[in-house]
Formats: sequence, C-alpha cells, structure tokens
Amino acid sequence: MTLHPILAALRKHKAGVVLISLQIALTLAIVCNAVFIIGQRVERVNRPTGLDENDLFLVSQQWVGAPSSDDPAGVEKLDVMQKEDLAALRNLPDVASVTPSNSVPLLNSSWTGSVSIKPGQQLGDKSGTRTAYYFTDEQVLATLGLHLVAGRAFTAADVQHQGARDQRDRPVIIVTQALADKLFPQGSAVGKVIYSDGSSSPSTIIGVVARLQIPSTGSWGNDFAWYSTLVPTRLDSSYARYVVRAKPGRRDAAMHAVPAALYAVNPMRVLDDDESVKSFADIRASAYRADVGMAILMGVVCLILLCVTAAGIVGLTSFWVGQRHRQIGVRRALGARKIDILHYFQIENLLIAGVGVVLGVLLAVGLNMWLMTHYEMTRIPLLYVATGVLAMLAIGQAAVFVPARRASNVPPVEATRAA
Amino acid sequence: MFGYYLDLALRSLRRNKALTALMVLAIALGIGASMTTLTVLHVLSGDPLPERSSTLYYPQVDPRDSAGHDSDKEPMEQVSWTDGMNLLQAKRADRQALMTGGTVAIQPTQSALDPFYEDARFATADFFPMFGVPFQYGHGWSAADDDSSARLVVISSKLNDKLFGGKDSTGQMLRLEGTALRIVGVLGDWRPNPHFYDLNVTNYAESEGVYMPLSTSQDLQLAHDGSVDCWGNGGAGPRPDHSATCVWLQFWVQLDSPAQAAVYKEFLVHYSQEQKALGRFQRPPNVRLRNLMGWLDYQMVVPGDVRLQVWLAFGFLLVCLVNTVGLMLAKFMRRAGELGVRRALGASRRALFAQLLVEAGVIGLSGGIGGLLLAFLGLWLVRQQPASYAALAHLDPGMLLTTFLLALGASLLAGLLPAWRACQITPALQLKSN
Repeated sequence: MTLHPILAALRKHKAGVVLISLQIALTLAIVCNAVFIIGQRVERVNRPTGLDENDLFLVSQQWVGAPSSDDPAGVEKLDVMQKEDLAALRNLPDVASVTPSNSVPLLNSSWTGSVSIKPGQQLGDKSGTRTAYYFTDEQVLATLGLHLVAGRAFTAADVQHQGARDQRDRPVIIVTQALADKLFPQGSAVGKVIYSDGSSSPSTIIGVVARLQIPSTGSWGNDFAWYSTLVPTRLDSSYARYVVRAKPGRRDAAMHAVPAALYAVNPMRVLDDDESVKSFADIRASAYRADVGMAILMGVVCLILLCVTAAGIVGLTSFWVGQRHRQIGVRRALGARKIDILHYFQIENLLIAGVGVVLGVLLAVGLNMWLMTHYEMTRIPLLYVATGVLAMLAIGQAAVFVPARRASNVPPVEATRAA
Repeated sequence: MFGYYLDLALRSLRRNKALTALMVLAIALGIGASMTTLTVLHVLSGDPLPERSSTLYYPQVDPRDSAGHDSDKEPMEQVSWTDGMNLLQAKRADRQALMTGGTVAIQPTQSALDPFYEDARFATADFFPMFGVPFQYGHGWSAADDDSSARLVVISSKLNDKLFGGKDSTGQMLRLEGTALRIVGVLGDWRPNPHFYDLNVTNYAESEGVYMPLSTSQDLQLAHDGSVDCWGNGGAGPRPDHSATCVWLQFWVQLDSPAQAAVYKEFLVHYSQEQKALGRFQRPPNVRLRNLMGWLDYQMVVPGDVRLQVWLAFGFLLVCLVNTVGLMLAKFMRRAGELGVRRALGASRRALFAQLLVEAGVIGLSGGIGGLLLAFLGLWLVRQQPASYAALAHLDPGMLLTTFLLALGASLLAGLLPAWRACQITPALQLKSN
C-alpha cells in the first residue's frame, strides 16, 4: 500500500488532522513531565533512611515545672529525670532497647551545624560541610538499627550530658559513610580528628555507620541529606525525646504501655496520645504526605488525560469511517481485502500520531526546561520521553482498532448504494 | 429562532449520545480540575489582612559578621534580641511589635482535662492593635505590662471554648508551665491566612491559642519555637540567649503612608551605620523594608506544588478543549449535507453559524455545570487532605462566577472554529454530491 491515497485523504481533513495531532502532542508533553515528577517523588519517598524502621517508635514528652537547664544544678536534676525515664522504658517487657535523641530522620526538627578538618573554621569553609547532629547515648546503634561499617560503637564511658543550650566539647563522634567520604576522600576516617561548629577542640571519629539520613526532608537539606553526626551526649532540658525499639512484632503493645510507665515515674509531664508516642511509620507518612499526594494526583490526571485522548481518537476515526462508508465499499468492490481497509486506517492513525509525537517531544522538552527554571526539577531523561512516545503510538493504535475494524466490515455492496 | 436552534441542537446531540457524553465529560473534567486547583491557589495567595496589609512592613537588617559577605545577599529574615529591642524602643513607626513563637504546656484546673500543649505567641503590646485583632472579651495588654513582665495572657476563642466552655474567662487564672497567669482577654474569630507574621510555623497554621508579653515569656524562660539562624560562634537551643549572635524574633511595624516608609527605611540604614560604628555590625548597611504582601511574595509562601498543579490542570483543560474542538468539527462537517440544504433554502451563513454555536453552547453549558459539580467534589477531596491549608479550600462567589465564565467561554471558543468551518461550505457542491 502506498501512502499517497492516505495523504490525499488527510489533506481534505486538515483541521481535524491538525487538532488530533495537537492533542496527541499536548498529551505526550504533559504525561511525560507528570510521570517524570511522579518518578522523582517516588524515588524520594523510597530512599532508605538507614534505620531499621520496623518496630521503631518515638516518644516526645515535656516535664511541667521542671528545673531550669540554664544552671548546672538544674541540668543535673534534669539528667536524673531523663535517666529515670530511660530506665523505666528499658524495663518494659515489650521493649528491646531505648536511646535518647534530639531527633530522628524525617522528623523535620533538626540541630544542624558544620564540621571541618581544620580548627576554628566558619561555615562555608571549603574543607568542611554542613551536618545534622543526633545527640544520643551508647544504645543508639542497636536502637536505630544502624550498620557500623568501621571502627567501634559508643560505650557507656563515652556518654556525657549537657544542658540543651550549653556548648560542650565532643571528644568522640560517629559519622556516616557519606560524611566520612566527604571529609576524608582519600580513605579511612576512623581515628581522624574533625572540628565542629567552628570550635578548636577536636572530635575523634571512632566509628562510621553505613547510612543515616538527617531529620530534615526540606529542600534546604538536600545538600547534606546523608551527612549525619552522632554525638554521645544526653541533652538536658524540660523537653526530651526517646527512640524506642520494640521486640519484633510488639510495637503497638509497647507504644500502648509507654504513657502509663512514664506517668508512674513522674506524673508532672505533658504526654498526649496522638503526638507524643508516634510510630516511625507515622513519622515517615507525615514527612512524605505531600509527595505521595502529588504523585497520586499526577497519576490520576495522566490516566484521565490518556483516556480522553484515546476517546477522542476513537470518536474522530468513527466519524471518518462513517463519512467514507461509500468509498470503503467502492474499494472493497474493486478488490481490496478487509485487512487492506484495516491497515489503511491504522497507517493513517500512525501518520497522525507520528506528527503528534514529534511535536510532543519538542513540547515535552520545552515544558521540562520551563519547569526547571521555575520549580525544583532536573532534566527529563530521554528514557521517559522515548517510553512516552511508544506509549502514545500504542494508545493511538489501540484506539483506532475498533473503528478500523468496523470499517473493514463494510460490505462491497455499499458501493452501489447512495450515501 | 433561539428555541428552534436549541431544539435542533438537542436533536443532533441525542443522535450521538456517546459522543455528546464524551464532549461534555471532557469539558467537565477540564473545568473541574482547573477550578479546583485555581481555587486552592486563590485561597493560598490571598491577603491575610485586606484592610491593613498596605501599611504593615517587615524591616530587615543585616547584623552578620563579614565572613561569607556578599553584597548581593539578602539581609537576615528575622532579628536578634538586641536589634529587635533597639528598633522597638526607637519607636520610629506608628506602631511596632516584636514577637516570637513558642509551645507551652497548659495544665487545666478542671480535672477532666489532661495537660496539653498549645502554640503560643510571645509579643509586645502593639501586636493586637497593629494587626487589628478582634476581642470577644477583655482586651490586650499595655506597654507598661510589657515593661513589668506582667503575668497575664490573652487566649484564643477556641482555647476559651475548651477550658471555659466559651464563657467570659477574663480575670481567671491559666496555669501554664507551672505558673499561673491572669487572663485579660479572649480573642474573637481570628485566623489570618497565611500565618504571615511568623512563617516559620507552617505557612497556613491556625492562629495561636495563647498570647503573652514577650518579656513575661523570657522571665518564665519559656521555650522558643521556630527558626533560629546564627552566625559567627552563636549557637542556640530552644531558649536563645539574649546576647547570642542569632536571629529568632520577628519585628513588624505599621507605617501609615509611603513617605513614612521611606523615612523608616532611612532610619534602618542609619541604625545599621550606627551599629557598625559601635562594632556590632560588620557589613555595610543592608536593609529591606517589604510590606506585607511583598514579604509573602519574597518568602514564596504559596507552595510550589500548588502552582504546579494549577499549570497541570490548565494543560489538562487545554487538551480537553482541543479534543472537543476536534470532535465538534468532525460532527459539524459530517452534517455538511444538511447544512447545505438549509443554505439552499435561504438560511444565511450567519443563521447557520448561530445555530451551530447554540449547539456548542449547550455542550459547554452542560460541561460547565458538570465541571462545577466536579470542582465541588475536588475541593471536598482537598479538604480531606491533611495539609495545613486544607480546611480553607472553599469556592467563594467570585470563584463561582469565574468557573461559570470559564466554562462558557471555553466551550464557545471550542465551538467557534468548527461552526465557522461548517459555514464555509458551498451549498451547491453539497447538494450536487448528494
């Protein structure tokens, strides 16, 4: 079959052809970019924090009428209170381990600072980088489920405590592999010395964990999302957070037991059920709620868009089939087989869709470039565009099949009837 | 004549039910999606205080040291305690208020209620008159109360409902963080959107439950809640030190005329020079004085995702419209024979055009009504979302009208090209070919 008769026929329906190509082009452009956004969001949501998140939950509580953390006596009293809480939680039957921590990944409440390999450096110095601190104790690795890849874990002897506002030396720290590689690209970081927050007192890296995300999921933290530092220090203030690992499968039971256990230690505190005892699954869900919502919305819009476009192709082709009833009959009478008629409409659609996708690829790339200048987007990989093109052509063929088959079933006798 | 055209249109639409349904549905989906997202954008980018926003300004100064200095950089987004107090006491504006946020534990005296957290605002006296905060009972506090760190609070009507069943609670005591404070006022209905005066709390947060003098909050060592940005060797936890090189307070001023604003900006420059001379500031004066809406713009308060959704929805509407134009064109062209007969019998092009536009209008109107219903459904869905702005997503009369005009305009636009094309047919040719 030659293309000539198809092109000649299309020339008679210029407006219709232009419109359907345009629709295919716009659909391709929007769907490619939307699917790309979905892909980015899904990737973001699925990145592992480095924790073993099952059976993990967080307790955030505040004492009422607690001593001030600004004077040394108050700090000591607060530390005793915190240790009592920790002991009570560790004694619960369903609890495997507990560690105090100022935050956990995805909580979006963070203490950030800077570390450098040189003493007394300001933030922004080239040899250093930003980091997020986790102030915690010797049970942190077991509780969070972190993998130590080099060096040793904290011991009870490493653990200090300080008022939340005090500045104190941090003689030993554990860093993530990502931070170690950043600070010491030439090799092992264990035993090396770094300086935090522009201080001139050294901190020795005693261990390296494989991966630990910072608490912030906001875009401002993207540059140092994996640069976490663990400090073996309990922070003392009227507010305290405890990370609890329940025994396997006992998380809900353990969460349920926590308020009573803490109230038994000291009733003068604020602990409300919804917010104060939160499973890590809930923390993860609330951190990524907007991303998941956006991905679902984009997905739904893409699906509807594809359906509308497919329906449009079906509708338009049906019209053309109806309009050319007599001509199809004539062709059949002159010897064309059913398959020839089917192929005619399929090739016609392929031509139209072909023009549409070429235009669509240009639009998709243009739209992506526009989005990059206005929103946080990266360049769309060609794979997305290529997949989109194939999908669009396939949808076109699928949509055209039903009306094309109807056309192929037009009997040759139609040729003799008046239109 | 219109009645006749309408009848013709309905007959023609009935002949192809599936196609008609497809066209109506496509327009409805497009309109529904666009209006839902546009309404959310409209709600989010609204003016929190329409009567006052033009006279409210947010002064910024740059107290940082010279490390990392770059003359293009914006000054800091909040003020330090020292600068805040200096600017407050300078009293160069018509009204000025220094404030920060916090979270306080409330211990209800009623035994039925467990202690709970409440968001608090630590502010100076002008906060209430400057922002035009309505009072249900009582009043705010005075500058003298600020000076004496008076143990008093103002509470929101929501908190008043929770603790006192909505009765006038002024004069009663409220226990928070182990201290009893006298309630002097209960706010009326007040929820500016966005939460412009402190965007470190979620942008569309509800207003706080507890308001108290800043000085009192510092006396009681209440924890600050919000962003702390430090430079040099400053470091701060929940209770920033007053001498720390950290910014953690918001300072707002009311300046009733643009001339005053210009004068105030001069004052900020002089202040920066003076502080530099004293050795506190190290950078050349770098000040900003944005008014309320300018500040919201600068802070890019409207979430990027919401803007992206609006673009997505309008792209969607465009595809739906192109789809409808294509289908309508095919449909009208197929009726060339019928239209040719009408032309031959004496109908003018104009009359045919009107007839076809009526048909397009019927589709558009049905699509518009469908779209409106879908927009209501869409906004209902938005309200079920946990986002902080979800509860605000409602269609106001203006947006309702916009929806309707958009639907009608879109469908007439969609009908224009097909109708015009169909009118161009030559009657003789059509009649002959039949």
